[in-house]
Amino acid sequence: MNVRTTNLREVAKKLLDKQKVDVVIGFKKGTIPLKNTPYFATNSQEADLLLWDGNCIGNLAVYLPKMAGKRAAIVAQGCVSRNIVGLIQEKQVDSNNIYIIGMPCTGMLDPRKIMAAVPGEITEATEDSLYVIAKGKGFEITLNRSDVLNRNCDRCTVRNPVLFDEIVSEPKPELKDPVRYEKIRAVEAMSPVERADFIDELLSPCIRCYACRDACPLCYCPECFVDKSNPQWCGKSQNDKDVLSYHLIRAFHTAGRCTECGACEEVCPMGIKIRLISGKVEKDIREIFDGYEAWKDLKTPPPLTVFQRDDPQPFVKE
Amino acid sequence: MEYMRLNKKNLAVFIEELQNKCEVWGPVKQGEQVKFAPISGAADINLDGFKNTTMSPKEIFFPQSEIMLSFRREGEDANIYRDEQAMPSKKAIIGIRPCDARAFRILDMIFKNDQFADNYWLSKRDAVTLVGLGCTEPCGTCFCTSVNSHPFDETGLDVMVADLGEHFLLKSLTKKGRELLAGSHVLREPSEANIEAYKTLRKNAENAMTIQFGAEKVNAKTVLELFSEDYWQRVAEPCLNCSTCSYVCPTCHCFDIQDEVFRGGGERVRNWESCMSWIFTVHATGHNPRPGKKERVRQRFMHKFKYIPMKRNGEIGCVGCGRCVTLCPVNIDIREVVKQMNS
Repeated sequence: MNVRTTNLREVAKKLLDKQKVDVVIGFKKGTIPLKNTPYFATNSQEADLLLWDGNCIGNLAVYLPKMAGKRAAIVAQGCVSRNIVGLIQEKQVDSNNIYIIGMPCTGMLDPRKIMAAVPGEITEATEDSLYVIAKGKGFEITLNRSDVLNRNCDRCTVRNPVLFDEIVSEPKPELKDPVRYEKIRAVEAMSPVERADFIDELLSPCIRCYACRDACPLCYCPECFVDKSNPQWCGKSQNDKDVLSYHLIRAFHTAGRCTECGACEEVCPMGIKIRLISGKVEKDIREIFDGYEAWKDLKTPPPLTVFQRDDPQPFVKE
Repeated sequence: MEYMRLNKKNLAVFIEELQNKCEVWGPVKQGEQVKFAPISGAADINLDGFKNTTMSPKEIFFPQSEIMLSFRREGEDANIYRDEQAMPSKKAIIGIRPCDARAFRILDMIFKNDQFADNYWLSKRDAVTLVGLGCTEPCGTCFCTSVNSHPFDETGLDVMVADLGEHFLLKSLTKKGRELLAGSHVLREPSEANIEAYKTLRKNAENAMTIQFGAEKVNAKTVLELFSEDYWQRVAEPCLNCSTCSYVCPTCHCFDIQDEVFRGGGERVRNWESCMSWIFTVHATGHNPRPGKKERVRQRFMHKFKYIPMKRNGEIGCVGCGRCVTLCPVNIDIREVVKQMNS
């Protein structure tokens, strides 16, 4: 068992035993290789099931607004802690009811990358800090961990939590100036027609299950615009324009708020690289607003929520 | 003649023969997905390493969005037109897995019963001859033997095919199946050894799968007993209430009907809908009888393992394909849920 898991269980047991919280939100081992399941531990026996490894996909902050007054401890790596800051800033959660168990992170594994690198069905997968070993019938293949990270994790510069009540280990080293947006730049360089074709192709497998929305801690609206029937903003059928509207409007709603956690992409059953769309919005915000990255502290609000008399954008004042 | 043999070298010719009779569909790789689509020849399909399609093939008979009728204002009149999709062409679909074919049989019971017949489903279904492909290497997420099926289940198929290595063994199961194979120049009578090999293959595949759960206790308990169990709260905790499980499921069949109106006309469309969504049950008053995720998650499992068996003579509304197990974003594993229901 890795050190972070051991320490996490200790922390969780202490919090539950002393009744400082009602529940600890973390992960436990899943039923299939390369997938853990979010887990809500309510006593110290259950806390012994909590774990931390490269298969903790999704963003646990998504559960916080629905905790209905319960005092919840939550395991938070860099991205999740930023989303908690966002939920506090946007007044979706009461910070007095939240205890953040900080989790220095080394990135989550992309099961699709691992499956593509092996010749058959994976029956068991193990990892250490450098390698992932995937086993199946007639094969055992060792892969570099850094080669099979999620596309959001391999360029993450905020692996350590930005806000926490307690942290389970020493911080992990942060990446300096990783290569980002290479694909987004390539899409920007396309002609409008090529770009439209590219996006149509990108979204063509979408089945409108809305897993991307439902896994996103930014998407806490009680009624999403796609579900509204009066007025009906978006058609319900499997029509490419309606699918496009859904994805574009959702991406706009993440402007200045997206923490690049990548949950949307990780949960997509069809493997759509949705972050190519929301990533463009995130890139624009970073470039227009002096390198702004969402919710790295409790004080700085997202740029699109602030009005300043000396705003550099003239349209705000006109 | 029940059994036939096809040398794999003659697959291309065999498919051409089928194409002389009707359109032929097979499993085709499209990007990261494998799905059933029209093929122009044997080269379009790649059965090496083929496990199953990403989405269930129910979309062939029950598309995610289906135009039921269209309407337009014409002068003083308003006219209604039937959509042409309701008059499909004849086709043969090859490579259907037994679990998915069994799912068609379950949906047949739902779309055609003593009260009504759904012509949108039936017309497309009737026009198709299903050529199945028995599973010799079930996946780790498969559990067909736990839900009254098995890797060579013939339910719902017209022809069953088994991969014997050098040959395929074909077993015709229905009149439609016999008609499809009739007149072929490349099918041969199999040897006794071929048929023995087929039976061994079938047995080995079945033995390779462990029965993971039963349904005796689910059947014995009343609806209210199961409905009131405490575990539903815990089962639902991680659920995001997305619709992935319902949309990839071969037996989920709920839909929503929308009128899409533009200027002087429009279309009545039926779209897949999922009981995981709050909007599925919300009333016009705003009241929602399934207000939270506990109620919604419970519904999906109760429907498959209690309500359908009660109404359809014990037929379980799940075929064990394992798609929801593989694709649920938060790993809610139906096998674990049913084990709890049956405890």
